[in-house]
Amino acid sequence: MTTAAQRAAAKTKEEAVQRAATYERVLNFLLPILAVLASFLVGSILLWILNVNPIEAYTALIKGAFGTQRLIITTLLKSIPLIFAGLAVTLAYRGGVFNIGAEGQLYMGALLAVWAGTALVLPYPWHLLVALLLGVLGGMIWGAIPGYLKASRDMNEIIVTILMNYIAIFTVSFFVHGPLKEEGWNTQTPAVAETAQLPIIWEGTRLHAGFYLALLAVVLVYILLFHTTVGYRIRMVGSNKDAARYVGIKTTTVMALTMALSGGLAGLAGATELLGVQYRLIDNFSPGWGFDAIAVALVGRLHPVGALLAALFFGAMRNGANSMQTAVKIDVVVVYILQGLAIIFLIGGASANNRIRRWLETWKV
Amino acid sequence: MDIDAFIALLHATIRLTTPLLFAAIGGLFSERSGVINIALEGKMLLGALIGFMIAYSTGNPWLGLLGAMVAGAIVALLFAYVTVTLGADQIVTAVAINLIMVGLTGVVFRLMKAANSGSLSAPTFPVWNLPLLSDIPLVGPLFFSHLPLVYLAFLLVPLAGFVFYRTTWGLAVRAVGEHPRAADTLGVKVPLVRYLCIIWSGMMAAVGGVVLSIGFNSTFIENMIAGRGFIAFSAIVFGKWTPLGTMLASLLFGFADAFQLRIQAGILAPLGIPEIPYQFPVMLPYVVTLVALFFTGRMHWPAAAAIPYKREEA
Repeated sequence: MTTAAQRAAAKTKEEAVQRAATYERVLNFLLPILAVLASFLVGSILLWILNVNPIEAYTALIKGAFGTQRLIITTLLKSIPLIFAGLAVTLAYRGGVFNIGAEGQLYMGALLAVWAGTALVLPYPWHLLVALLLGVLGGMIWGAIPGYLKASRDMNEIIVTILMNYIAIFTVSFFVHGPLKEEGWNTQTPAVAETAQLPIIWEGTRLHAGFYLALLAVVLVYILLFHTTVGYRIRMVGSNKDAARYVGIKTTTVMALTMALSGGLAGLAGATELLGVQYRLIDNFSPGWGFDAIAVALVGRLHPVGALLAALFFGAMRNGANSMQTAVKIDVVVVYILQGLAIIFLIGGASANNRIRRWLETWKV
Repeated sequence: MDIDAFIALLHATIRLTTPLLFAAIGGLFSERSGVINIALEGKMLLGALIGFMIAYSTGNPWLGLLGAMVAGAIVALLFAYVTVTLGADQIVTAVAINLIMVGLTGVVFRLMKAANSGSLSAPTFPVWNLPLLSDIPLVGPLFFSHLPLVYLAFLLVPLAGFVFYRTTWGLAVRAVGEHPRAADTLGVKVPLVRYLCIIWSGMMAAVGGVVLSIGFNSTFIENMIAGRGFIAFSAIVFGKWTPLGTMLASLLFGFADAFQLRIQAGILAPLGIPEIPYQFPVMLPYVVTLVALFFTGRMHWPAAAAIPYKREEA
């Protein structure tokens, strides 16, 4: 038998829990936005110290990203590798592996894709398909190695992926200077054959079909993670490895698989860039998309759709930063400062927020 | 290989071990207190730039060293606040700090380059030939003819061993890393210990960066750390979280670095080995580090590593 007082107490408690839940939903949405705003605020102080007018700088940044239709298309174009690489980091993180090796994986993806695009002779859709698949394979191999090493030998994936980034970048450099180098003075490969190039999807611009592939990848990763058994296993290993093992999930296999898939996605970032934009492989062809991807995944709250939005945002930033460089003479690398600050505000905010949530749960009206 | 070339190789090994050793022995303190610190890379980068900038503008490399240590401490303080006080993920925070440092050093250095048309060359530390010792044939030039910071780095190793295993402070650090709750019960201030260890680690990483910029070079080069912060972190793991082990691991990685530079300089040519494309020697330190980690076997991290300490969760 429950007394009126007990019922009232239960009701208050329920309300408090609900209040906390609503708060959390709102916060999940607001926190990334607040974190990015805070990073721009701190960034403006920094610019001011460096004797650069922050308002002028940010105006140039926004104009450079969205000022004209052409610039908006360029922003979309620059987001493509970020979407793939961001999804790669998101997927791995969900599976309990922090993949800092997207950079190396996309280098290997680009290498194999360019090899297929230049060395093979095939008719149009098949040549492209083979080149893309080899791009996936290159990234997969480079991702599966740290995944396997973590799963089987407990090797810290962060260190392994970072070391493998360097190895991949020098491997690509070797091929660009040696076996794949075109004849002549330039250290670059020949251009991939037209039969292996991604078609342009917007007449008069450079926007290519890789954009559709990226959107498709967002949907597929979402379905995989939240609507398949494999995805459920991946998330379970990510949230509680011991519990996952206890219910009979082969955690080592799942981790290696997660990293292979993650590497494959990163490989596509490199492959689509080469088959859609650059065509010729050169040294340091990536301005660091694999590292941007970390910010993309975290600011995207480790959700595929969030990663898409964050990739568009950071793509805009990379695009706008070029105009900012010409306008106020501040180098493009400034985006790393803003990305890093955004991550710190995000996770610092999320941790500080746990206290607020606990306080809301126990709060009595 | 003649004896002179061999001595030169070993000399280079000792030199190239030095930046790793500063970062690794410093990082060891933060690791043993239960804070994983992969932000060593970023702090080395910052130290390299600040040390160079101050040495360039004041003409005194020692002031550069001091300034770099202060800068390293400030960034470490930020890291400590976010990870210890707010309890945020140590690895994510470190990754963010590394990103910020790449951006910050890049922006500042490029502005500096744009403002100065001439060569950006700073005064460097003088080589200290230890009296008498440096006159011993072979051994003298090898061990006793180095920059002062080189001797200091190797002195830090026994010093760290003494602090860890012979002082109450070292005991407190180890206790906080293994069982923070027990340490707390005994009256050890867990957050304070971690703050101090992180700050010390930040200062030492910055010194490691200074060694590279105005020790072995006389200028700053973008991305001049080239993963040495991560290699230093690996040295701690491969060295099983002890000062001696960390030093031996650093020496191994330093040797790999020295050896690859010698290969590029043509050390293998007299042996009849054809020229190797430079990308392979450059890869060597990273490959050696990977292989070393592979053979480390199961890693015994400090029990409380990466776990933020919260008092209220009793």
